[in-house]
Parts: sequence; structure tokens; C-alpha cells
Amino acid sequence: MVASVIDQPSTAAPVDSSTEVCVSCRGVVKEFGDGESRIRVLHGINADVYGSELTLLVGPSGCGKTTLISIIAGLLYSTEGDVILFGTPQSQLKGSKLVQFRAQNVGFVFQQYNLLPSLTATENVAIPLLIQGQPRSQALVKAREVLEAVGLGSRAKQLPSQLSGGQQQRVAIARALVHEPRLLVCDEPTAALDAQSGQVVMDLLKRVAVQPGRAVIVVTHDSRVFTYGDRIIEMADGRIAEPGSTQH
Amino acid sequence: MSWVAWKMLTGDRAKYFGTVFGVAFGVLLISQQMAIFVGLMRRTAHAAIDVRDASIWVMDPEGKNVDEVKPLSDSDLYRVRGVEGVEWAVRLYKSLVRARIDNGEFRQSILLGIDDHTLIGAPVKLVAGSLADLRRPDAIIIDRPGYRLFWGDGPIVLGKTLEMNDRRAVVVGVCDTTPPFQTFPVMYTRYSQALGFAPRERNQLSFVLAHEKEGSDPQQVCDSIRASTGLAARTRGDMIWFVIGFYLRSTGIPVNFGITIALGFIVGTAIAGQTFYLFTLENLKQFGALKAMGVSNRRLIGMILLQATIVGCIGYGLGIGMTSLFFESTQGVTALMGFYLPWQVAVIAAGAVAVIIVLASMISLRKVLILEPAVVFRG
Repeated sequence: MVASVIDQPSTAAPVDSSTEVCVSCRGVVKEFGDGESRIRVLHGINADVYGSELTLLVGPSGCGKTTLISIIAGLLYSTEGDVILFGTPQSQLKGSKLVQFRAQNVGFVFQQYNLLPSLTATENVAIPLLIQGQPRSQALVKAREVLEAVGLGSRAKQLPSQLSGGQQQRVAIARALVHEPRLLVCDEPTAALDAQSGQVVMDLLKRVAVQPGRAVIVVTHDSRVFTYGDRIIEMADGRIAEPGSTQH
Repeated sequence: MSWVAWKMLTGDRAKYFGTVFGVAFGVLLISQQMAIFVGLMRRTAHAAIDVRDASIWVMDPEGKNVDEVKPLSDSDLYRVRGVEGVEWAVRLYKSLVRARIDNGEFRQSILLGIDDHTLIGAPVKLVAGSLADLRRPDAIIIDRPGYRLFWGDGPIVLGKTLEMNDRRAVVVGVCDTTPPFQTFPVMYTRYSQALGFAPRERNQLSFVLAHEKEGSDPQQVCDSIRASTGLAARTRGDMIWFVIGFYLRSTGIPVNFGITIALGFIVGTAIAGQTFYLFTLENLKQFGALKAMGVSNRRLIGMILLQATIVGCIGYGLGIGMTSLFFESTQGVTALMGFYLPWQVAVIAAGAVAVIIVLASMISLRKVLILEPAVVFRG
């Protein structure tokens, strides 16, 4: 069962060169606007994200982190270059194929949680399974198990408005993991939280989210969480400043 | 995902009821104003509506409407009877008279003189008295609002008297009729009696009511009457529309009322459409999150259309219910008597709501469809 799978401590081995590359950015350029108002936000990004690792994408505000993960997650198309996702060039995934790919392979954790306010914690967690077409009753059972795994079993029936920020982010993490995605993209998951809640969330990501074969990317400019990263990619002005330094 | 759409719609009770009541209020405005307008126009043709037995109305060709006629001569009745295809033809008198009761109070009233022998044109629904009593000397039957105007709200007592053209009239019955446009009392009496109650003219015959022979087409018989007599002949349905058409063309009331309806329609549309549009806009971030998680545009369209259908159906039901309640609760009010919600108005209101909701959905959908899923990463 999902819960039993993700409840185990991370089995990620210490990072070495043999770790599988899950996401590979090759000369990714992103421009917004037309004509004279055209702005180049990413200037030919080359970077690899490895499975079984928690990769931190860091850098100052406006350096292009969010744009890069939006492209990696298939929410934006690059202007030039390509992203290879688990061996499949993203340029080959257009329209509904990309939407389907996202639904099956990508989990999202947002800075503002983006939980549906009228759904309970369990119902929110069940959404990715419903998107995949699973029957509601089955999806809710599975969602409940994942909520238990993130320590919120007792809050299963509560609405987001009845939960603290940290708890809401843990629900969001459960939602991002419930369909067992191969790529987990987290955008500033601790930015809206106090230090203690941020630590709980990062602990959870490190402990539960990092799994063999799964790549976890966390965008952050919060230096307090740098210690959680297995690998850090540093960006500055739309370029890679430090291409994947490893820790440990 | 239909379940998620339903939960999104109903999760915030205040927002949900606000949206539904927005639509309901729009429906109420549209249907209530339209029904009042239809009722008002119907009142103009009250005389033609209430004469159920005759399928053909004959009048002077210069007649403008049912209240503005040039009297026919008695020989015209016989000429009509002689037309091929006419089964029978009888007299009908209609004019305005001043009626006075014992205490000196008087009211302008509508006097209808129906055929002495057949009583064709008599009121269909009597609430007191008997139609046969109309054959008694000086007998009249008065409509219920007219009775109330003269003698107040107490129990109906037959035998009350009033005076018209210095002639005594005795109330032998009280009836319900289609209320007239002018809200005057309506009185029925025999044709011969009516000539005494009304000021004398050389010709007195207002209309000839006729019926076609079995198997004949009323329209063809009308054509024959026109060709043979030179008089204007119309089927009952055409007569109703002839009168309504006159009021639509010649008075400012329908135009002004039409503007009120148009405003009701616009305001109703704006309220209903805007509330649903705002509902979708407020959920835009949530739709963005769903889109990022892999919900296709097709599915999102389905979700929004489902929400629109639910809001539309419940809002329509409530709105039409409130309109019906309004007309039900005002049936006892003399000035509003006879107004009701025609099914055609209910259908038009349903169509209007469908258009409003579809338009609001389409505008909202456009926002959702062009929504960049990456928006969810922007704070």
C-alpha cells in the first residue's frame, strides 16, 4: 500500500555519479513577450536532476527558479532547448499528452498550498487519484492512508480553513504523493511557514517524498532548509551559477 | 471530477446561496414583469376572451377596437345570418355607462347586452345567482370586483339595486370574468334591456356574434361575411389579437411597460450572469491548481457546465416559484385579479436563464481555458 511504501525512511543511498538522471535540461531558453518587450528569463539552462535525491533549486528572487520548474513540470514550454523527463523529450509531449503525463508523473507542492477550501483534507488528497479516474470510494481510502503517513490522520475530515499553515502544507504534500509520482516539484514550500513548521515540512519531504526512482525538486531561497538538499543547483540571472553541487 | 465540481460549488454556503439567489432574483424579475405585461394585454381583450360560444365577431369596418365601435344597423344582423356557412348569428351590445347606487355614489361601468333568447355571450363562471334570472325584468349580473367597488367587502347579497340612465337595475347574479383593462365594473344584461340602460342612438348594435356551420372553416366564413356584407369579420383569436394590437400600437402604456420588462430582463440577466461569472473568477486559482495537476480543459469545461446547470436549475426553480407565489398571493387583490403566470412566460424565462448561464459560463470558461497553469507558482 502507498502508506507503507512512503512511510519508510528514505532509502536513498549517498549521492554518487551512478545515480539515475530523471530530469535533464538541455539548453533551455525561455522568453516572455513579443518584439521590443521580449524578455529572456532563462539563458540556455543545462542541468540534471537525479532520482532518489532531494535537489534544491536556489537563488535570489527573480533569477528564474519558478520559470525553470514550471518548464520541468510541464506547465510551460521552453522557447528553445528541451527537457528530457524520464527519457522522454518534453517536446514530444504536446497538448493532452503533456496533461496526461503531468497527471500521472508529477506531484506539486505550492507555496500557498492551493488546497480546495470546500473539500476536507482527505478529499483534497484524493484529487490526483480522481483525475486519474479512480473510483471515489477507493481514492478516499487511499488518501486517508497517505494522510496517516504524513501524521494528519486525526485531521482527515477537517477543512483547510480549520488547519494551521504547516498542517495545510502537509496535506498538500500528501496530495502530491498520493498517486506516487516520479517527479515531485515543490515551490517555496516553507516560505509561508514559521521556522518550526518549515522544518517539519522539510523533514517530511526528506523522509517521505524521497524514494528510489523519484526526483524531488524544491525551489527555495530560504537558507535554513539548504541542509536538507542532497544536491543544490544555484541560479542567478537566468543562468546556472553552481551546477549541482552535492552535499554529505 | 463531477463530485469535486459539486463540492466546489456548494462548499462555501454563503457564496453558493448568493449565486443561486442571484439567478433566482433574475428569473423573478424577468418572469414577474413579463407575466404582468401579458396579463395587462390580456385585459384589453377581455370581452373577446370571455365570449366563448361565438367563433366569429362581426363589426363595422371602421371600428378601432372592442371599445371603439360604430354601431351596426339591425339589418346587418340578418345580412350576416344570410351568409353561406353561418350557423347562427346574434346581437351583442357593448358600451360604457354611468351606474349609480342608492347613496349617490357612481361608477363608470362596462355594459354588455347579450342575446335575449340564447344568452350567448353570458358569463361562464357565476359565483352567486343564476343565469336564468337574467331573463327577469331589470336584471343584471355584475362581476365580483364591480360588486366590491359598489357595496364593499361584505357577503354577497343579491337583489341590490342601482340606476343607469334613470332606469333601475337589479343584481340577480355575481360572476367572475377576465378583468377589463380599465378596471371598471362589468355588467351583463339582455340586449333589449341594455338599450334602455344606455343613452339612445339611431343604431345600437355593437357586434354580431356568429358561429360557422359544422365542417366549415371559421376563417373562410369570415372571408365570406366580409365579401357579402362589407363588414369586418374576424375569428375569435384574430379579434383578441386585433384588440391587443390596437393597444400595442396606439397607447404608450405597453411601450413603457415593455421598457420595464426590458430593464427587468437586463437587470435580471446582469445579476444572474455576473454572480455566476464572479463565482468562477473567485475559483480561478483552484481551477489553475487542478489544471496544473493534470485536469484537461475538456474536464474543466464539463465541471463548469455542471456547476452552471445546477445553479441555473435551482435558481430557475426558486425564481419561478417566487413569481407563482406572488400571483397566487395577489389573487384576492381586486386590482391584481386575473394576473397569472402563463406557461409561455415560464418557458421564455427558462430560455433566458439558459442563455444567461451559457453566456456567463462561456465568458468564465474563456478565463479558465486561457489560464496558464503555471499561475499556481506565482504566490
